[in-house]
Amino acid sequence: MNIVPMMRPRRLGKVNVPTVTLAHGGGGKAMKDLIDDVFVEAFDNATLAPLEDQARFDLADIAAHGDRLAFTTDSFVVDPLIFPGGDIGKLAVCGTVNDLAVGGARPLYLSCAVIIEEGVTIELLRQIARSMAETRAGQGCQIVTGDTKVVHKGACDKLFITTTGIGVIPDSRVLGAHLARPGDVVLVNGLLGDHGAAILGARGDMALETPIDSDCACLHELIEALLAASPNARTLRDATRGGLATVLNEIAAASEVTIEIDETHTPIREEVKGFCEILGLDPLYLANEGKIVAVVPADEAKAALAAMLAHPLGAGASAIGTVNEGEPGRVTMRTGFGGRRIVDMLVGEQLPRIC
Amino acid sequence: MKYIDEFRDREKAAVLIKEIEALVSTIPLAKERPLNIMEVCGGHTHSIFRYGIEGMLPKEIDLVHGPGCPVCVLPMGRVDDCVAIAERPEVIFTTFGDAMRVPGSKKSLMQAKADGADIRMVYSPMDALTIARMNPDREIVFFGLGFETTMPSTALTILQAASEGVTNFSVFCNHITIVPTLKAILESPDLHLDGFLGPGHVSMVIGTAPYEFIARFYKKPMVVAGFEPLDVLQSIWMVLKQIKEGRADIENQYARVVPDDGNAAALSAVAEVYELREFFEWRGLGSIDHSGVRLREPYARFDAERRFALPNVTIADPTACQCGEVLKGMIKPWQCKLFGAACTPETPLGALMVSAEGACSAYYQYGSLKAERAGAI
Repeated sequence: MNIVPMMRPRRLGKVNVPTVTLAHGGGGKAMKDLIDDVFVEAFDNATLAPLEDQARFDLADIAAHGDRLAFTTDSFVVDPLIFPGGDIGKLAVCGTVNDLAVGGARPLYLSCAVIIEEGVTIELLRQIARSMAETRAGQGCQIVTGDTKVVHKGACDKLFITTTGIGVIPDSRVLGAHLARPGDVVLVNGLLGDHGAAILGARGDMALETPIDSDCACLHELIEALLAASPNARTLRDATRGGLATVLNEIAAASEVTIEIDETHTPIREEVKGFCEILGLDPLYLANEGKIVAVVPADEAKAALAAMLAHPLGAGASAIGTVNEGEPGRVTMRTGFGGRRIVDMLVGEQLPRIC
Repeated sequence: MKYIDEFRDREKAAVLIKEIEALVSTIPLAKERPLNIMEVCGGHTHSIFRYGIEGMLPKEIDLVHGPGCPVCVLPMGRVDDCVAIAERPEVIFTTFGDAMRVPGSKKSLMQAKADGADIRMVYSPMDALTIARMNPDREIVFFGLGFETTMPSTALTILQAASEGVTNFSVFCNHITIVPTLKAILESPDLHLDGFLGPGHVSMVIGTAPYEFIARFYKKPMVVAGFEPLDVLQSIWMVLKQIKEGRADIENQYARVVPDDGNAAALSAVAEVYELREFFEWRGLGSIDHSGVRLREPYARFDAERRFALPNVTIADPTACQCGEVLKGMIKPWQCKLFGAACTPETPLGALMVSAEGACSAYYQYGSLKAERAGAI
């Protein structure tokens, strides 16, 4: 049954001013015009089109994909809004899609709530909305509901976006941070730290020009390929804030195991290494927006790695370490130099060192 | 990376470790007790932990992590002064990143920023001067911090500001000098040190001559060391060789960066801008004579201490802190009563827990497999 009623094509409103003002948050015609002209125009799909206060789905359609719903939400406040390799819109779609996908879910529906500081240009909003629309393209996953708020100057930093996602987990797929077992192999799908370095570089605070693009990407297809090759995969996590080190610590703690990685197998771009050298940062803690950590049984590791390597978003994939018995929660690294060190959680944020 | 990977070569490291083991086995003292070698500089401490060097060394060598982290040794009273300046509405307070978390008696700069103070992280004092040019209606204060390594860049920025006639820029000068501090440590009656890795970056500015007294009067070997892991290993080997041969010399392992005479241009800028203070307060070590510098009279207009009224209160270190004993090599970080309990990187009480380069913080953060073997963490 199709519960979305057929509607007469509605004429979309148009914004005729260059910047967002408080009038666009007032609930009247100006707000409707903004939503129509910027968001409905870009997202353009049948579930969103009726502009009811909620999106409505057919339960049977959802149930066809699997036996469990996955539900997640994330807020995006990145500065700058547009950075090498992406923008806040792309990030907001990728982040939520990836949070669903690492649970084994197929992403189906997204919401998009934006908080806009007055004075932001309409053109910037259009650019971000278009970027969101293009990011979801080809994934069978749509932005089906949303909200806009406009706040006074200074009440937010230009633009904040919250996306919520619903996905469905196919029958028999069970992934969790607590499922890593001694003997398992730890994989990543490529070069680490690009997003963190790109953002720090783009902020310009450090007066360093970095030729590094964010790795921001939707990983659901890569994950499907990985899970097809490794049906008994234990754990998938996207290594966002806090980077690889944080995710490994979370997995080691939840599974009550130790994890040891090998620095020489941990892929980091020369430019990111150089950037970190200059600023005194540790790339293991830099954020990624297109990288997963996968823990798979040893006998599926080869196939899992091959599956990732065969996907464009896994071209730099590598087996970086193993899960071992030992002190629960401990993560160590064999350094390229021949030593061994503990890789702990970060206390606060990384701060550039003085000398 | 060129000029970096070469100094992180695993095979060369293995060869050096073998050489170190062979050398140690011929030193009689090492059979009685571990040889204590102090790395003066926080940068060395960081490298030692980051590359897992401690665990590679034979058990007869103990590395003692010295006072050379300028962020760590900054006393609470000075942080309070920073916060007082930063909270003035007309001020934009600029600082190196890792000073943000240093606790004052009431708050750190990070907390002051959260409370509304305009505090900005910069990578160089020149960036602070740029901010001053761009904000002529604000007072821009740079938090001058560090040993001789960073002293010249602050001095040159002040000279630049003076030549441009910038009137809204000043420096809160907390620069400190390493030699009196080494002297204070060497004077300590309960000292257990057998040799030093000298600070590479400081020496790049001051050269190697200022350390001669360590060899001559205190009969301790020192090797000025680079920061890459092979530099550290080679320098340890050089110190051991001196011990073995009964020598106490100042040697320069980091000759690719450190000229024996130092950097004349940097030294002349330093001499032009600064004069020694009578004494300066160090967290963990107390007051040390002639260990800090301030701006000379002709540059008084760039001196934030003279420009703003400051609380300037001395705040005593917490009494249970054992930072001084750790610094002198008497105890290991994890043997301090407060380590990991009352004193952690989130809530540091002692100097050495403050910055990533502090010995206690490094033990806590990177851990030490050596400490783990001792059942400590």
